[in-house]
Amino acid sequence: MSKKRLEVRKTYKLLINGAFPRSESGRTYEVKTAKGAYWANIAQGSKKDVREAVYAARVAQPKWWAASAYNRGQVIYRLAEMAESRRDELTEHVQVAEGLKTKEAQAVVARSIDRIVWYAGWTDKITQVFGGANPVAGPFFNFSMPVPSGVIAVIAPQDSSLEGFVDAVLAPVTVGNSVVVLASERRPTPALLLGEMTATSDFPGGVFNIVTGITSELASTLATHEDVDGLDLEGAGAQAGELAVAGAATIKRVLRPAASDDSSLRRLRAFVETSTVWHTVGQ
Amino acid sequence: MLPKIASETELRSLLSRLSGVDAVGVEARAAKLATRSIKKSSKMQAIDLAISMVDLTTLEGADTLGRVRSLCTKALRPDPFDSSVPAVAAVCVYPDLVAHARSVLGDSSVAVASVATAFPSGRASLAVKLLDVREAVASGADEIDMVIDRGAFLSGRLGQVFDEIVAVKAACGSAHLKVILETGELVTYDNVRRASWLAMLGGADFIKTSTGKVAVAATTPVALIMLEAVRDFAEATGEVIGVKVAGGIRTAKDAIRYLVLVNETVGSAWLTPQRFRFGASSLLNDLLMQRLKQQRGAYVRADEFSGD
Repeated sequence: MSKKRLEVRKTYKLLINGAFPRSESGRTYEVKTAKGAYWANIAQGSKKDVREAVYAARVAQPKWWAASAYNRGQVIYRLAEMAESRRDELTEHVQVAEGLKTKEAQAVVARSIDRIVWYAGWTDKITQVFGGANPVAGPFFNFSMPVPSGVIAVIAPQDSSLEGFVDAVLAPVTVGNSVVVLASERRPTPALLLGEMTATSDFPGGVFNIVTGITSELASTLATHEDVDGLDLEGAGAQAGELAVAGAATIKRVLRPAASDDSSLRRLRAFVETSTVWHTVGQ
Repeated sequence: MLPKIASETELRSLLSRLSGVDAVGVEARAAKLATRSIKKSSKMQAIDLAISMVDLTTLEGADTLGRVRSLCTKALRPDPFDSSVPAVAAVCVYPDLVAHARSVLGDSSVAVASVATAFPSGRASLAVKLLDVREAVASGADEIDMVIDRGAFLSGRLGQVFDEIVAVKAACGSAHLKVILETGELVTYDNVRRASWLAMLGGADFIKTSTGKVAVAATTPVALIMLEAVRDFAEATGEVIGVKVAGGIRTAKDAIRYLVLVNETVGSAWLTPQRFRFGASSLLNDLLMQRLKQQRGAYVRADEFSGD
């Protein structure tokens, strides 16, 4: 008599405010493996999910920025630890989603985790690199310091389901922003796995919010949302132009997809503002 | 016509004849009505109606003249960029700030409401409570929000609670009297129903859910019970009493749920600021935000509106 164990199936959900809700709309859609076979049912987020996510991000951002740079680095490093212990699972998902060979998928996951560690190291170095003391004609110090823009909407890359996702999402978080990410429409599962790991990495709930669904349907809601301060259009494809225009109407910082990755600091630099303070010399 | 209550015994027997509340039924009905979807033009109407029903409230120890002034300015013109937004119903402050609020509001349509009778606990002698009321009225308050003595009510001294309401009503003169039941402290739905009737018999013009100072404030089941009491009271006596829900109502969605509840329980005749109010501070901003969202078609940022 065979003892066949009942399969424990997984429901993929959104990540909003540190919780994992289904879409408010109740809708789901099917994603396929790179080879075209059925892979999973994914929550199909709605405008209202986006609204909730932005609200959560707005509330969480000051808490995240209030933590010391050193502490933020530790939290991001912990995300790398979590990812390291779930490497095999990530590898499987990247392999299935992107149609890679096992070796290639392993390399992608390794690079992604290393990228997280790289970002963890940046939290307490950004101020030195992007900030500075300005020369002034008077008995004053004048400092310029980078401060986060606030809530950043990221349209994650459609093809690079993990490595591209990590790069696009960790950069704004590293400099102190909170993010609302639209995960890759066709390859969302590696991003969702990483989302689950953020929940065990000491991020305040709401710093990371992941909405899955149809990019063309949700991107415009993010681009027109007045409470979003920045927009990364990496995965927006042909829609990028019109979304940038929509973002401009509400004075967002917009990061267009780069022709080539010209600078490793491009993303870190994208969503910071410069705050300048004066201080008298002496007491 | 209000029935005459000659003695505590009479009051007690009248209140004891009220049927008990079916708790499960009330909660189910309130939850059911909360699912009703109000969209597009009806939503715009509901938002404007809700704005006109707001008692814009500040009841903090840290209230200043400046804060009351900015609140009054906001009450008169909630959205500085849009004159089509109606003014709110009233500004609600502590008694010592009534005169200042009155001077800012002038002879506008916005009323000045004042909490009184040792708000929020109600723990003071009757003489002190009455003085509190008279001073607020003399300073120019159009409406008085009194708290009942929950201690007396819960220990069964209904006559004392009743007499206090009658005395405060007399001290109000021409000012409207809102009686705060503080339903979060009344423990049972049956008590809410009895306290509603007691307040109405005592001469309340409005019955109000909460002070906003205890953990449990307005909830939809409690509002439903109070609205039913108002409906039954109107049927029995012909007297029209208003309802004010206060505390914890922060979003336009919540407000619209209450409007649905009003419409379905006492009917559209109560959908006016003369008969239904929201006591709130942050609700107004959310109503304004949702109003702009309907107009612009995009979500609005919260800091577009002033905090007070």
